[in-house]
Amino acid sequence: MAVKKFITGNFYDEEILFPAVKKVRRAGYKIHEVFTPFPIHGLDKAMGLRDTSLHTAGFIYGITGTATAVGFITWALTVDWAINFGGKPFFSLPAWIPITFELTVLFASVGMVMTFCYLCQLAPFVKKDHFNLRSTDDTFVMALEATEKTSDDEVIAFLNNIGAKDVSVQYKETGWWLGRYDKDTMKFAKKD
Amino acid sequence: MGLLRYESQVRPPLVDGNKDYHQVTEDICRPVETKPSKLWWIGFIISVGLLIFGIVSVTMEVMYGTGQWNLNKTVGWGWDITNFVWWVGIGHAGTLISAILLLFRQGWRTGVNRAAEAMTIFAVMCAGQFPIWHMGRVWDAFFVLPYPNTRGPLWVNFNSPLLWDVFAISTYFTVSLLFWYSGLIPDLATLRDRAKLKWRKMFYGVAAFGWTGSTKSWQRHEALSLVLAGLSTPLVLSVHTIVSFDFATSVVPGWHTTIFPPYFVAGAIFSGFAMVQTLLVVTRKVLALEDYITFEHIEVMNKVIVLTGSIVGIAYLTELFMAWYSAVPYEGFAFFENRLNLNSPLGWSYWIMMGCNVLSPQIFWIKSMRRNLVLTFFMSILINIGMWFERFVIIVTSVYRDYLPSSWSTYYSPTIWEVGFYMGTFGLFFTCYFLFSKFFPVIALAEIKHILKKNGENYKAKMDGIEKESLLEFSEKHGHDHGA
Repeated sequence: MAVKKFITGNFYDEEILFPAVKKVRRAGYKIHEVFTPFPIHGLDKAMGLRDTSLHTAGFIYGITGTATAVGFITWALTVDWAINFGGKPFFSLPAWIPITFELTVLFASVGMVMTFCYLCQLAPFVKKDHFNLRSTDDTFVMALEATEKTSDDEVIAFLNNIGAKDVSVQYKETGWWLGRYDKDTMKFAKKD
Repeated sequence: MGLLRYESQVRPPLVDGNKDYHQVTEDICRPVETKPSKLWWIGFIISVGLLIFGIVSVTMEVMYGTGQWNLNKTVGWGWDITNFVWWVGIGHAGTLISAILLLFRQGWRTGVNRAAEAMTIFAVMCAGQFPIWHMGRVWDAFFVLPYPNTRGPLWVNFNSPLLWDVFAISTYFTVSLLFWYSGLIPDLATLRDRAKLKWRKMFYGVAAFGWTGSTKSWQRHEALSLVLAGLSTPLVLSVHTIVSFDFATSVVPGWHTTIFPPYFVAGAIFSGFAMVQTLLVVTRKVLALEDYITFEHIEVMNKVIVLTGSIVGIAYLTELFMAWYSAVPYEGFAFFENRLNLNSPLGWSYWIMMGCNVLSPQIFWIKSMRRNLVLTFFMSILINIGMWFERFVIIVTSVYRDYLPSSWSTYYSPTIWEVGFYMGTFGLFFTCYFLFSKFFPVIALAEIKHILKKNGENYKAKMDGIEKESLLEFSEKHGHDHGA
């Protein structure tokens, strides 16, 4: 939780945004984030973000579901209280496939969505600083982190040069806090 | 970007009119941000009325027992389970559109997927009512769950298709809800950031979970959507397969059939698409979304309807063939006497099913008919009547005249409370749908923006002429190193 200084530029076309991201990285500026109204394929790679491991997490959750179903049913119907259903074997694996499958899907889906929410810090009453409200509408907003060494004028000029509009200096909270969007109060005191 | 965005001119645009990203937001948010029309209020009030009728009917059933329904020996499953299978089937189109068509990269799904997913959730909610209230002692409904109980613990029977159903339906509902809501979060954030009123900021602020649209979040969101689609695809097939197992694993003539799983899944998609058409033909008109749910969308869905309708038709004929080929007299009686024979007490229901599901959709082989809105709407209703009768035929005509003529109940007909319960689920479904169309964007905003520059009419027009260039010229002019 810290308030930092950012220099933000708005782009109105992804055709301009893509080369701009490359130029910014080549110039050595640190991109804090690019906010977009919809997913832009390849932007994560262009920004140098690593691939997400959410898939792997999903696979592990799925396996856990499979193991839970097979393990539990086996224990319940062969060890804990074996019941003779129509003369069939106690251990009747084929009949357990439907439930095993359903639990695999259930564990994988619920686990992945929860992990997704955890990683992206998504939950009801979570509030984050927004650089430009239009970034959920039609604008691509690039936020560059300013350090002590950065010269603001230089960065502003650079951003204007690569096609950004309405370039501005903003002080924003980088983390999240509990709050409501109809109220401006923050639960945590800002450090300046 | 140019190369990636290019789509052949042969394909018609999926978003009509001169749109940019902001215009898309304006168009789709308008119904949410303006006061509902008179038509909306009329529809909503009728739906709530039906819902109240349903609640009264269910209350009667709970107070006086399942005897309030005309179920008897040998018709132990009647309207209730018919309605259950019908509603579950309707839900399937939503998952097909959102998951399977995502995997197949079908751009047109973006116009209809959000509403179709909502339809899935509401339909599954309605479906779930029937087996639950059918239990009679509904306060003991939790007995179907494998929890450590004081009776041993005596576990539920994991070998039983009815228990598979419990797991299938509850998983299906949960996963559909997660899929739908995770897709909604970015769109709710759009509404939140546009909100002027205090309650809107509060409501959409809470609902949007603090979404900002950072690239990392989108990367994870894309991964999540893809994996959820990959999981939902076999899930949706499994759900109706398991529903069909309720019948197919029994030894009742007419139910004991290996063709049931694919036949049920095809039928489910068939009736689900019909329900999507019913809803969207009206929604696009009332909410003025004709530019997003175009004739193109309607036509594509009608193509799915004629395909799945024909698959269902082949399944009907296969069943008849197998009944004859098996040479089992009871199978023969179930199919040729109880169903095919128009003079048998319920023979008419079989022919309604055949007429509505197999014959009538064949009109959609003609292109002008596929693009006719009035006909599409009419057909969508007809198909769902037909598909209701399919379940009625499968369930009731297989059991109302069994091995023992003295226990035949030749005229099973529902009581007012059975009908009321069914009507009540319509009330539930449409109440939910009306609320959804008022408070949530009925079209996936972010996804439409994603395809806009590829499939939008004005952007496609700009791309005109590209096909005439040679491939080399084209890649020199428009291609660039995208990955680095």
